[in-house]
Amino acid sequence: MAECHPVGFQWVMEAKARGAKVIHVDPRFTRTSALADVHVPLRAGSDIAFLGAIVNHVLSEEKYFRDYLLAYTNAPVILREDFRDTEDLDGVFSGLDAEHRTYDASSWQYEGMRAQAASGHREQNYPRTGEKREASSDESVDELSEEARGESHGSGGADLGEGKPRRDETLSDPRCVFQVLKRHFARYTPELVEEVCGVPRDTFLQVCELITGNSGRDRTTAIAYAVGWTHHTVGVQYIRTAAILQTLLGNIGRPGGGILALRGHASIQGSTDIPTLFNLLPGYIPMPHAHTGTDLDTFVDAGAGKRGYWGNMRDYLVSLLKAYWGPAATEENDFCFDYLPRLTGSHDTYTTVQNQLDGVCTGYFLMGENPSVGSANGRMQRLGMANLDWLVVRDLSLIESATWWKDGPEIESGELRTEDIRTEVFFLPAATHTEKDGSFTNTQRMLQWRHKAVEPSGDARSDLWFMYHLGRIIREKLAGSTDDRDRPVLDLTWDYPVHGDSAEPDAEAVLAEINGSDSEGRPLSSYTQLKGDGSTACGCWIYCGVYADGVNQAARRKPGERQNWVAPEWGWAWPANRRILYNRASADPEGRPWSERKALVWWDEEKGRWTGHDVPDFPEERRPDHVPAEDAEGPDALSGTDAFIMQADGKAWLYVPTGLLDGPLPAHYEPQETPFTNPLYRQQRNPVRVLGKPHPVNRYQPAGAEPGSEVFPYVATTYRLTEHHTAGGMSRWQPYLAELQPEFFCEVSPELAAERGLEHMGWATVVSARSAIEARVMVTDRMSPLTVQGRTLQQVGLPYHWGSNGYSRGDSANELFHVALDPNVHIQETKALACDIRPGRRPRGPKLLDLVREYQVRSGITEETGRDI
Amino acid sequence: MGIRTWINSWPVYRQLTGDDPLGRGAAASSGHTANLTPRVETADRVVKSICPYCAVGCGQNVYVEDGKVTQIEGDPDSPVSRGRLCPKGAASLQLTTGSARVQQVLYRRPHGTEWERLDLDTAMDMIADRVIESRRSGWEEEHDGKRVRRTMGFASLGGATLDNEENYLIKKLFTALGAVQIENQARI
Repeated sequence: MAECHPVGFQWVMEAKARGAKVIHVDPRFTRTSALADVHVPLRAGSDIAFLGAIVNHVLSEEKYFRDYLLAYTNAPVILREDFRDTEDLDGVFSGLDAEHRTYDASSWQYEGMRAQAASGHREQNYPRTGEKREASSDESVDELSEEARGESHGSGGADLGEGKPRRDETLSDPRCVFQVLKRHFARYTPELVEEVCGVPRDTFLQVCELITGNSGRDRTTAIAYAVGWTHHTVGVQYIRTAAILQTLLGNIGRPGGGILALRGHASIQGSTDIPTLFNLLPGYIPMPHAHTGTDLDTFVDAGAGKRGYWGNMRDYLVSLLKAYWGPAATEENDFCFDYLPRLTGSHDTYTTVQNQLDGVCTGYFLMGENPSVGSANGRMQRLGMANLDWLVVRDLSLIESATWWKDGPEIESGELRTEDIRTEVFFLPAATHTEKDGSFTNTQRMLQWRHKAVEPSGDARSDLWFMYHLGRIIREKLAGSTDDRDRPVLDLTWDYPVHGDSAEPDAEAVLAEINGSDSEGRPLSSYTQLKGDGSTACGCWIYCGVYADGVNQAARRKPGERQNWVAPEWGWAWPANRRILYNRASADPEGRPWSERKALVWWDEEKGRWTGHDVPDFPEERRPDHVPAEDAEGPDALSGTDAFIMQADGKAWLYVPTGLLDGPLPAHYEPQETPFTNPLYRQQRNPVRVLGKPHPVNRYQPAGAEPGSEVFPYVATTYRLTEHHTAGGMSRWQPYLAELQPEFFCEVSPELAAERGLEHMGWATVVSARSAIEARVMVTDRMSPLTVQGRTLQQVGLPYHWGSNGYSRGDSANELFHVALDPNVHIQETKALACDIRPGRRPRGPKLLDLVREYQVRSGITEETGRDI
Repeated sequence: MGIRTWINSWPVYRQLTGDDPLGRGAAASSGHTANLTPRVETADRVVKSICPYCAVGCGQNVYVEDGKVTQIEGDPDSPVSRGRLCPKGAASLQLTTGSARVQQVLYRRPHGTEWERLDLDTAMDMIADRVIESRRSGWEEEHDGKRVRRTMGFASLGGATLDNEENYLIKKLFTALGAVQIENQARI
């Protein structure tokens, strides 16, 4: 955090100054470790074992927050009799369809719940890797097994179906979540942590004591993470393990608690909320799938939860359709629901690259993203672009994704010849953050408005300008078309006011559309005002209120020192300017703060409402002792203690009965490529991880005990530096930053340097089954050898910012990586890799490919390697 | 110059005789430094902004003089950052005003070996034509017998470095055109 979010880290230091203990878990020693009380180096790719063992410690030592657990979690809920855990099936859960690499999740449900309505989404019946599959006759298949559907829970949990689960408030029923959890993690012991993670037992127990000693009524512990946890074939389950731990300890919804995602781009949160993602519509409404039926009601019935705020999904969706299609969207035409294109399977970025290689996708826009450097297996990305008809790159400088046709690695190796590449490339210079109005949503879900300082020069334009005018020109060209498929774009509301010589669209007018308005055009102030009858329009329901009273709330800048510690008048946070989500849980079931020290919101009996330092994340006048009517639906069905208001049962889920594709509980699986076998289960890897269809540039390595895996004996991990940003497009062109970090390097321990003859400041070549890259060698104690499964493991650290352009240059670490994805959100495994390292620079020209081939032959790699379940 | 003025202009003398024995303040100043003013003093305007790098969202003050950005500093009012910026945020003046920024549209024709210049309006018109053509060639009315009404002909990548309003227009326009392959950095 001190490296990549240094200014945010000042608050960790503030806490430390007040007595907080700081624990840093990371394979390498960084500026964060230097300031932490405890640094725990561990093997990259082993965190579920580490966190799972803390969960086990909390359960077996009875360190959990029992009152919180009973009131706010699903710990007492009874599971179905036919559920089988990884402990029963040696590493897989019940319902595995090994042939198709999917789970039938029905046995994971709570007992007494009726399965999803027959009209539900049934993506599970859809082919994942291209092969056609028979549609199942089982109508109860869960809708949430859709591709990357897990992401649609960005603002709340999955639907549960109908019924009332059975509970055991004594937590003693062997089939209740609490007992299942205990059995599941029983073998995650300190000894196992030593064996899997390479963390000594004493260090591990010190961490357990610090965390549990700092959690409870009076104290809270926060966990901060970044992509070191997500870039795995089990990325979502990493976060789940942390969620289980924090829920057991009562650290969610309370000040100083939580699981805090430290996100890496200025508005990566905003671009998830208002998604430029294939599977989502604004506000985490799922994109419809082809088999969900074509009408709005069927879609809403299948997707909306029966209880909690997702119960109002129709209001949110109809308001969005009104924002998109305005007067054309009417009750009679289902509010143009049919205008939305339909998904079939995954359309994620790696699948798109496959479609480019296959010649299906012929045009590509890159808008402020540099996949040649930032995506796994850069070679595959560039070969995809080399097969396009046209490519539009919008950026500030000539990034590698704009110039690969001329000077990319494949030109150097002779694999491609510039004259043979037919791709037409447009480079359009973009405006910077000082040259346009607009809002970013930061990692705390807070929108902050930027005011334009100056006009962009030359041909530089904002992306708002580009999109607006591209749409305007396309609409002009299609005007008068009688083709039915052009109706959605011709009926689109696309009349934003423009100003200035360049006809820049008014960003605040777009914000107003996002916020929403009533039938008179008056700005709305809360998503609770949204209607499903077409009388309101709203571009993103969770952002409703950001333009309340016609005032840009995101532009509020009351100085922090003139406000309370919550600082509610700086910017605006979704939803409803709440700064801590699920903060009803900061009070006990009766509505009193768990302790004075940790008071945040509470029930005011006199006024008959919730009040406090933050905006209460709960129906304002709902009494703590409220019991909903049996037939209540939506928010009305929330009881006075259902603190987790976006969840279908109002509870935090220690166990996930629906919504995940790879299991209701986290289990330690080895990375796709690893020198080790899984000591916990016979199942080596996540059985439902997503592998693309076999491709010569995406071969996988043998792992664990398989012959040939000894060719790749080391573990590599990637990360960022303070002085550079992601794929380098915004940092390698700045002289100051280039001077601070002038070129690509790798970090190795003195022991590894001695073992492989690497010299400090000399060159090393790092090799995988995909590529070989060269890096300057940094020999440093920051990388420490670990003892894993009884032998010494050396790890190689690779900052990944570089490419061949800009002032600061070097090979790209992501060239080494394969495409193997987490099934829930389709993120790639770029944080744990088995590799080799050797002294000297890499070969040039065709000899580079010869070296990679030599490694493939030596390790016996075939098309099938690494693809077993 | 009198002898007294001459001696007083000597930093070591001021350090030994004045109230700055460590020589880190007044003793170290010179006629030149005494006349220095903050580079932002002559700015015409201070514009409130937010750092464009990571998602912490530090406040920035952007100083503008004669229609040009002259300096970018941390905003002390921000309860997020309290005036601090990291090395990247502090270098954002070079990001915005540096010579590495491309100012003109560049075009590489199929099989071409070099960039060419292209007028912005012409480029926009050509891009619109290509979108319409790829949309048409990749159009699917049905997929495996199910109605999809979409195009697989073009894709879009990026959004995490852009504004919410820009992401909104990207999703809105491309969805209306029937594109589904819309992705950004959140996937990686």
